[in-house]
Amino acid sequence: MKIVGLSGSKVGSKTRTAMNYIIERAQETNPEVDVTLIDLADYDIQFSDGRNYLDYTGDTKHVTKTIMEADAIIIGTPIFQASIPGTLKNIFDLLPVSAFEHKVLAMYATAGSEKHYLILEQQLKPILSYMKAQVVPAYAFIEEKDFLKKEIVNDDVFFRLDRLIEDTLLLAKTYQKMLEEKEASYGF
Amino acid sequence: MEQFRIDKDKGLEFGLYTLGDHLPDPHTGERISAQQRINELVELAKLADQAGLDFFSVGESHQEYFATQAHAVVLAAIAQATENIKIASSSTIISTSDPVRVYENFSTIDLISDGRAEIIAGRASRTGIFDLLGYDLSDYEELFEEKFELLLKINREKIVNWSGKYRAPLRNAEVIPRPKNGSLPIWRAVGGHPASAIKAAYAGAPIFLATLGGPASSFKNTIDAYREALGQNGYDPNEFPVATAGFFFAAKTTQEAQRATYPHINEGMKRTNGRGFPKQHFAQGADKRDVMNIGSPQEIIEKILYQHEMFGHQRYIAQMDFGGMPFDKLKENIELIATEILPAIRKYTAKKEDD
Repeated sequence: MKIVGLSGSKVGSKTRTAMNYIIERAQETNPEVDVTLIDLADYDIQFSDGRNYLDYTGDTKHVTKTIMEADAIIIGTPIFQASIPGTLKNIFDLLPVSAFEHKVLAMYATAGSEKHYLILEQQLKPILSYMKAQVVPAYAFIEEKDFLKKEIVNDDVFFRLDRLIEDTLLLAKTYQKMLEEKEASYGF
Repeated sequence: MEQFRIDKDKGLEFGLYTLGDHLPDPHTGERISAQQRINELVELAKLADQAGLDFFSVGESHQEYFATQAHAVVLAAIAQATENIKIASSSTIISTSDPVRVYENFSTIDLISDGRAEIIAGRASRTGIFDLLGYDLSDYEELFEEKFELLLKINREKIVNWSGKYRAPLRNAEVIPRPKNGSLPIWRAVGGHPASAIKAAYAGAPIFLATLGGPASSFKNTIDAYREALGQNGYDPNEFPVATAGFFFAAKTTQEAQRATYPHINEGMKRTNGRGFPKQHFAQGADKRDVMNIGSPQEIIEKILYQHEMFGHQRYIAQMDFGGMPFDKLKENIELIATEILPAIRKYTAKKEDD
């Protein structure tokens, strides 16, 4: 099984700090799983111009292809102007319709204000659902005060992220089993 | 209809088309050479001709996993190897080609084949050709419309005067050789969305409608919208043929046909489009109401007649070689088409002698 941790911003450190923990922890607790980090800050990705993702080159092709080959994706995102960053939305725009069919998607947000708590529920989840993802219902929400000098300093955040990883893997493994059973029943 | 070489009395035409894909057989992981693939396509056209099929066409795609980029050259070989079958492109990417050169090629193929050549012009679903030939993807639609219009003009007029944005002007230009009967049938390739078909109606061109899967009734909406738009633009819808194109495979039972094709289509689409064909949708394809013609010969006959009743179309073309389908399976299918499917379709759709 392939899991991708997608850190959705070019700016700041909180989302990446939490993602570093997720990548390390997911790999440690699930050595059989192939865990890959994609931090959009590390790549130079062009804006979507509508072409098939296979027709892009360089970083844009590498990132979209890695996402398309994943079985599960954990998206981490900051909240900018009461929404997800344009860098993250561009990734969705680069992908085909129904790109997340048969994939499990989980998410967490890092935010400067607790007032942003429902942004993921109201803005990111509908996009993932439209793209046919199996969305992990519970997400994690982390605030500015939970970080100090690029470290997580609130134990509860570790617990939340551990649960997020567990829920993602549980749903991904269960979904794959159910899908295999369903597909075998077609007889072709 | 005559200008498009369609004789309604003969009933629904049946043909084959290939994208010229060059993919490994998913069962073995092996891929034949590009040379063998091209030779097998010529051979397939020959068998289709001998079996009495009406039409055979070859497409161009300028990217990995394809072998017929020079589709006009392949069609010239097919013209030489066959006798009666109509031959065409499916499709020619007119946006990134020079309409003069395209016309020269296809009227030459028309002469070689003694009047059997047609052009289906499209705009490319994958766009690697824009980078390869130095075109700007943001001109996608304008390039297509301008070049298509010029292609039609060359077909209509012996001496062409034209100027546009994407090609040098033509001044009293004579595009030669002319096709055997003065002009070629030129069609537009359109996708499932009604807007694409409506734009073909604006251009006054007959359509080839791609139908990969889904209920026939959805595609009927597109065809209805096309005919309505023809009327609104001063054309007579009865003069413009409609062709449909889609997946085809015949075997003893539905399940056998699905088993034989699904891995080819799914793995092939993953490689060429970046997404497989969902099994659930493929399973629904067996339903009589779905456009996918994969099943037993009897089921396929019923489906094609059902579609014909719904669409009132003049030609159906089948894609059965996608995704590294072995050649012996294609031969078996030609046999089934010739002995079971074609006679039934002609019997039910051709005009009866005493009508």
